[in-house]
Amino acid sequence: MNWGWISDNRDMIIMLARQHVYLALVPVAVGLLVALPLGYLAARWRRFYPPLLAVSGILYSIPSLAMFVALPGLLGTKILDPLNIVVALSIYTVALLARTVVDGLASVPEHVLQAATAMGFGRIRRLIKVELPIAVPVVVAGLRVAAVANISLVSVGAVIGVGGLGQLFTSGFQLDFLTPIYVGVGLLVLLALVVDTLLVLGQRLLTPWVRAGRAR
Amino acid sequence: MTFLRGLFHYLSTGANWTGSFGIPHRLLEHLHYIGLALVIAAALAIPLGLLIGHTGRGAFLAINLGNAARALPTLGLLTIVVLLIGIGLTPVLVALVVLAVPPLLTSTYAGIQAVDPMVTDAARCMGMTEWRILRRVEVPLALPLIMAGLRSAVLQVVATATIAAYVALGGLGRLLIDGLANQDYNEVAAGAVLVAALAIILDLVLLGVQRMIVSPGISGRLSTAASSAASADAPASSVSAPSSARSDRSQEGLA
Repeated sequence: MNWGWISDNRDMIIMLARQHVYLALVPVAVGLLVALPLGYLAARWRRFYPPLLAVSGILYSIPSLAMFVALPGLLGTKILDPLNIVVALSIYTVALLARTVVDGLASVPEHVLQAATAMGFGRIRRLIKVELPIAVPVVVAGLRVAAVANISLVSVGAVIGVGGLGQLFTSGFQLDFLTPIYVGVGLLVLLALVVDTLLVLGQRLLTPWVRAGRAR
Repeated sequence: MTFLRGLFHYLSTGANWTGSFGIPHRLLEHLHYIGLALVIAAALAIPLGLLIGHTGRGAFLAINLGNAARALPTLGLLTIVVLLIGIGLTPVLVALVVLAVPPLLTSTYAGIQAVDPMVTDAARCMGMTEWRILRRVEVPLALPLIMAGLRSAVLQVVATATIAAYVALGGLGRLLIDGLANQDYNEVAAGAVLVAALAIILDLVLLGVQRMIVSPGISGRLSTAASSAASADAPASSVSAPSSARSDRSQEGLA
């Protein structure tokens, strides 16, 4: 471990960490925004569920490195464009979250839906005020998996030249120098831990009734 | 469209299918890496998962270890081991085994854990030994989940074995890495499609194996009407096992 290297390259490490957070978490947000309506449609019209599962299964089996290098050919972007990484990871996130959203909406008990309807909730208001809040724990479980997976996947992008902290791995490897790799691994595990903790805290804030129920 | 044309051009060139740089040889190398890694990972994770699931001891450790390992970036691990012990098969295997152990361990543990205690108690009352309960009752009931974990592990390992090429080994990743280095995007496209196809084919094969080895009474294929009536009536764990297997699969990450 060469501690001097770390302080000498602090600015670069911070820049890479920022890039990493951006590349990993923007797709989580995009993926959630796309997966929510998709999952809702599949939960409402069950006919769409099997094809949704099949397509997301196939998308999910495309290796990340393959997706990173194939997307420029399909999108017309440059190979070093960070957009490739963002699009690829957004696709994975949608594939993972769509079924999670369906599972989450399906976890809402029928009697709760009936009670909401009986109280005069319209379809949209019932979705926003009742179904989505109850689906939060299942959806957040999916979000946690997607976020941690994305954080790890971004570093694979370093092989093609855009990969946030993953670039510490490739440069360390080329220089036969372990310090940057240790720094990268440490920061990535830390980042995954922080994001995971934030998501759990977010879930707690969004579902206050869970703890209230337990305290009784 | 240039993507498809390039892909077709590469795959239809005869020279790309022969010799030690040809697609069949690369495919065999790829299968060699993933086969070895999966055997080692299964030998480590499945017995441990069975033990933890059966005794209920060490579950906290297993789950947290699994989650921590999942956050470890494979590329970082691979480059560290290469720099420490040199280029060869071992660093690739270490990285892939670390990748495959968490899904196998957590799904095996979760599968055994999810078996209804009433069922195991009944088996105990019938005079079955603990070993026999595990082998004849718990493992058959947990098989859908264990297979889901295995499929998830295979998917990740097939995809990630491509980075072996980054540290000068073979496998289908060579097409990606060499194609990028030579700016031969037809080769890159072929590599991407071949790896994805391999992942999908292996997943379908394992799905077939799962259909064969999971008892029809558990998978619910014996009589769909009867089992759906039963699951609506009472939460019989044996009937609901396959659905939990499906949801577990969606929880596993992928590299």
